[in-house]
Amino acid sequence: MTALRTALDAASTEHLANTEAMRAKLAEIETEHAKALIGGGEKYVARHHERGKLLARERIELLLDPDSPFLELCPLAGWGSEFTVGAALVTGIGVVSGVECLIVANDPTVRGGATNPWTLRKSFRAHEVAEQNGLPVIALVESGGADLPTQKEVFIPGGRTFRDITRASAAGIPTIAIVFGNSTAGGAYIPGMSDHVVMIKDRSKVFLGGPPLVKMATGEESDDESLGGAEMHARTSGLADYLAADEHDAIRIGRRIVSRLNWRKQGPEPRSTVLPPLFAEEELLGIVPPDLKTPFDPREVIARVVDASDFDEFKPLYGSSLATGWAEIHGYPVGILANTRGVLFSEEAQKATQFIQLANRYDTPLLFLHNTTGYMVGKEYEQKGIIKHGAQMINAVSNSTVPHISILMGASYGAGHYGMCGRAYDPRFLFAWPSAKSAVMGPAQLAGVISLVSRGSAAAKGQPFDEAADAQMRELVEAQIEAESLPLFLSGRVYDDGVIDPRDTRTIIGFCLSAIANAPVQGTEKFGVFRL
Amino acid sequence: MADFTTADFDKTADFATGPLNTVLVANRGEIARRVFATCRRLGYGTVAVFSDADSDAVHAREADVAVRLPGTTSAETYLRSDLLIAAALAAGADAVHPGYGFLSEKEDFAQAVVDAGLRWLGPPPSAIAAMGSKVAAKKMMAAAGVPVLRELSADEVGEADLPVLIKASAGGGGRGMRVVRSLAELPGQWDAAQAEAASAFGDGTVFCEQYIETGRHIEVQVLADAHGTVWAVGERECSIQRRHQKVVEEAPSPFVQAHPELREKLFAAARDAAAVIGYVGAGTVEFLVAPDGSFAFLEMNTRLQVEHPVTELTTGLDLVAWQLRIAAGEALPASGEPGTCASAIEVRLYAEDPAKDWQPASGTLHRFAVPGVSCEFEVVETATRTEPLLRLDSGVESGSVVGVYYDPMLAKVIAWAPRRAEAARVLASALAGSEIHGVVTNRDLLVNVLRHPAFLAGDTDTAFFSTHGLDVLAAPLASPETERISALAGALAVAATHRAEASVLGGLPSGWRNVPSQAQRRVLAAGASEYEVRYRFGRDGLVASGFDGVGLVSATPAEVVLDIKGLRRAFRVGRHADAVVVDSPLGSVAFTVVPTFTDPADAVAAGSLLAPMPGSVVRLGVAGVGDVVEAGQPILWLEAMKMEHQVSAPVAGVLSALPVSIGSQVEVGTVLAVVAVVEEGESA
Repeated sequence: MTALRTALDAASTEHLANTEAMRAKLAEIETEHAKALIGGGEKYVARHHERGKLLARERIELLLDPDSPFLELCPLAGWGSEFTVGAALVTGIGVVSGVECLIVANDPTVRGGATNPWTLRKSFRAHEVAEQNGLPVIALVESGGADLPTQKEVFIPGGRTFRDITRASAAGIPTIAIVFGNSTAGGAYIPGMSDHVVMIKDRSKVFLGGPPLVKMATGEESDDESLGGAEMHARTSGLADYLAADEHDAIRIGRRIVSRLNWRKQGPEPRSTVLPPLFAEEELLGIVPPDLKTPFDPREVIARVVDASDFDEFKPLYGSSLATGWAEIHGYPVGILANTRGVLFSEEAQKATQFIQLANRYDTPLLFLHNTTGYMVGKEYEQKGIIKHGAQMINAVSNSTVPHISILMGASYGAGHYGMCGRAYDPRFLFAWPSAKSAVMGPAQLAGVISLVSRGSAAAKGQPFDEAADAQMRELVEAQIEAESLPLFLSGRVYDDGVIDPRDTRTIIGFCLSAIANAPVQGTEKFGVFRL
Repeated sequence: MADFTTADFDKTADFATGPLNTVLVANRGEIARRVFATCRRLGYGTVAVFSDADSDAVHAREADVAVRLPGTTSAETYLRSDLLIAAALAAGADAVHPGYGFLSEKEDFAQAVVDAGLRWLGPPPSAIAAMGSKVAAKKMMAAAGVPVLRELSADEVGEADLPVLIKASAGGGGRGMRVVRSLAELPGQWDAAQAEAASAFGDGTVFCEQYIETGRHIEVQVLADAHGTVWAVGERECSIQRRHQKVVEEAPSPFVQAHPELREKLFAAARDAAAVIGYVGAGTVEFLVAPDGSFAFLEMNTRLQVEHPVTELTTGLDLVAWQLRIAAGEALPASGEPGTCASAIEVRLYAEDPAKDWQPASGTLHRFAVPGVSCEFEVVETATRTEPLLRLDSGVESGSVVGVYYDPMLAKVIAWAPRRAEAARVLASALAGSEIHGVVTNRDLLVNVLRHPAFLAGDTDTAFFSTHGLDVLAAPLASPETERISALAGALAVAATHRAEASVLGGLPSGWRNVPSQAQRRVLAAGASEYEVRYRFGRDGLVASGFDGVGLVSATPAEVVLDIKGLRRAFRVGRHADAVVVDSPLGSVAFTVVPTFTDPADAVAAGSLLAPMPGSVVRLGVAGVGDVVEAGQPILWLEAMKMEHQVSAPVAGVLSALPVSIGSQVEVGTVLAVVAVVEEGESA
């Protein structure tokens, strides 16, 4: 046991200032979460309730095992777009009848639960999580289909929705659809493709074409119930496996279905007795300085996240700008890579490569704690082969088959974002702290680079350089890049799985590791050719 | 003391010689255990008998040998003298102890035991016979100079005699007694009492005597050996009664303490009563004492009394041990009657609901724990003791099933203390702190009585419940606010259970959400009240709507500690399937967790009549489905605990279902009938 010590002084002005800055950012995030929670707004929520219907989150709460935790994914999807924050869909992982399930619920208060481009991205991400981690999928369906004004961005890629359901089924992942209302036209294939279908008397409506469309197509007179009512599907078409009396009953049946899946987790079991960290999670608020140019020691974070603050550091004396080491979180072993001073040099890249190989040898999941400005540039470093070494690290990260979890604490710039397993590298989960920023480089640097390039260009052409215009340009670019590197913006684009309160980090990683353990955890010996 | 010997009456003749090594107790529950306890202490072997309903009962388990009595009803089992004697012989018992109730006062049984060559651990059959008929016994007592109440025949009762009490001559334990307050109702009650006595005791003889409303029931314990010595071993007061059955008993009597000159008169009368019938063994002579101190002989119980422990704790005598010694021919010591010391109070814990007309309760007693018990079934010497003492004589333990076939008494709890007020306080606090889960009991009533100023003042008479109001005395200890806060504690304990039992993610915070949208919801029902508890655990602790100022200190499945506006209180929680019982010094509250989901197939139709208790359907008040019924019209009668309970239509309507028939055995909650309300304009 190697318990980390802390150098943090929670009473220092610096810590207090950091905490205050973090709280302000958290308040901002909470405001945006509140928008997702209210969905279509009070009026539509009230109307939905008046119809005797439950809200998406109320359905989820009923479905979950009482008092069990629920990890909502991508709650900010669609932020900064023309669509409602949350994208008319609630997704997350929760425990149903003792089984961790991926739950997807349409929010019918938002334009009838219609699918917009962000809904689609969010639902793809949810299915990806289910598929990668082998989680049963429960869809709580009530959607009016595609958002017609944006159908061009929904229709063609949206076909993947149905493909994903049946591929999950083929992969042995149970799929359950509980139809609370409309699930018509293309939406009809959601129950159509699912392994288990529950419909609700007088509520579910599942057909390819409604009465007007049928009238147009064939001239046949029909009604909703005969075309797609729950009774009809349960007794005549056989599309519904269970006929529920009401929403509660449908959820009850859904829970019974899960309890009969005979579900066995394929991954490792956690240690039975877990010790909490030695230091207060509350202090996680004050570790990251508001100005990311100031480095911070990620070991202070690790000390507040891992079991018993117990961390065995690997190669502590080599490549010290990246800390690597072994720990357990909620009883699951992990290898941790954490940037200590932002820049990655050749030594850090090589150390990371070796560490990732070791984790694959021992089937140990990896946790990446981001605060990187990227790989070092400069003549000396280029000549020493920083590209080769960075490529080694990216090779290792890309081909590693143990599960990865990324937490963006501070900066995550440039190729450093890739080497530390950014979104494109398929970490099983990626969450950002409100303090995080991610872009090709820092906003000031990016603006500076553009300025230098245009100054050079002007000089080459022998033209005078407009200093005032340059200053204005720099300001504009800096502001734009700053805005586009913030977590709200990135989360809105579904580039992460959510912006989290730093104090929840341990809980969320523990949650993810447990979800991950539904699928086998297996490393690889197969990597790309390492350019040595 | 008075030695009473009759030279021409050799009482040892009734007591067969030969070894006395093994005792069969022809009884069940706490009294069987009580006798076994002394037997074990004195080295006797023990034999239990058990009915099929009692096959897992404690008394059957702890004897050396247990003999099955096939069947469940008393008539099939504990009242079958042939089976009991056969059991004694088969198990090698050489003595039979009858306990109380059942066959304890049947001289035929006593005689059959003796005839089978076994010892009868009770008085001679002739003494039982002498007291068996209350009418005859009174005459005999009057002749011996013991004061008795004048007996009245039905036609000689006048307005001045009212109220009067009709009693069954062969009755006991309060059964078959009727109070008559007007001459008009006398003939009807007389006939009814005769019918009841005939069916219950096989003897329809009833008699009538003046009813003393505010009298006190004071009795004297006697011990008589076979050599002519009769001891009066202290008096007991058992005035607090329900339906003529004792609930609280104590020694000494507060009334006698206040009127010490009365004691020797009562003792002398008791000795005389025992002597005149040649009594041998332990017995009790019961008197009714009027407020002016005059008293009259009521009856003599020719057996060990339920309330004998208060005498044991105040005298130090093990009465069961003396029953055995006397049966073996031993004489009472020459040292004479023991003195009594300090004060002992016994309460009878019944499985019954005092607020619902004393309706007997049944079910599984999931947990039964009385705190601070010093001894069980044990006679502790108190002469030099200064610390209070708590004795438990229980027929049940955690997990026992309380059935409908026998007396609903679960246990007796007895406190002894140097002062009466201390004994009452110790007993009340032990009862209040007891964990009694799964079965409704009279516990709260007992605590209310023990804490009542009139009780503490010694102001007890047989009208105690009506004088002070059953609504007050049977009120739950837990106030409405306690019930509400207990619901919160219960919900939090259930949450802790959920977390402890979680197969995945059990180590994560309870109900954790990264995007909290709503609270956890749990509905707990206590009787007719439903409590919807909404709670969430935020970073600053518990957030529960309607519970401002209430903080959570700790929660486990078994205990929840709350900080209620600065007062830290611990709530012990027992969970048994859907039942959640929350115990605290504020009172015990039994909840049922209302399930979140109900299978529509299990839903109970509106207008359903559910069985209020387990029992069997004895009569129907309707012809069948389709009958038009008025609100309040009897639909059927359920028999439980030998009492008939009427089940009536709650509303006017049409009987749409009647899933039971005469003879159906039903559990609590069984649908007995469904009454469909007929809408106006709709034809029936």
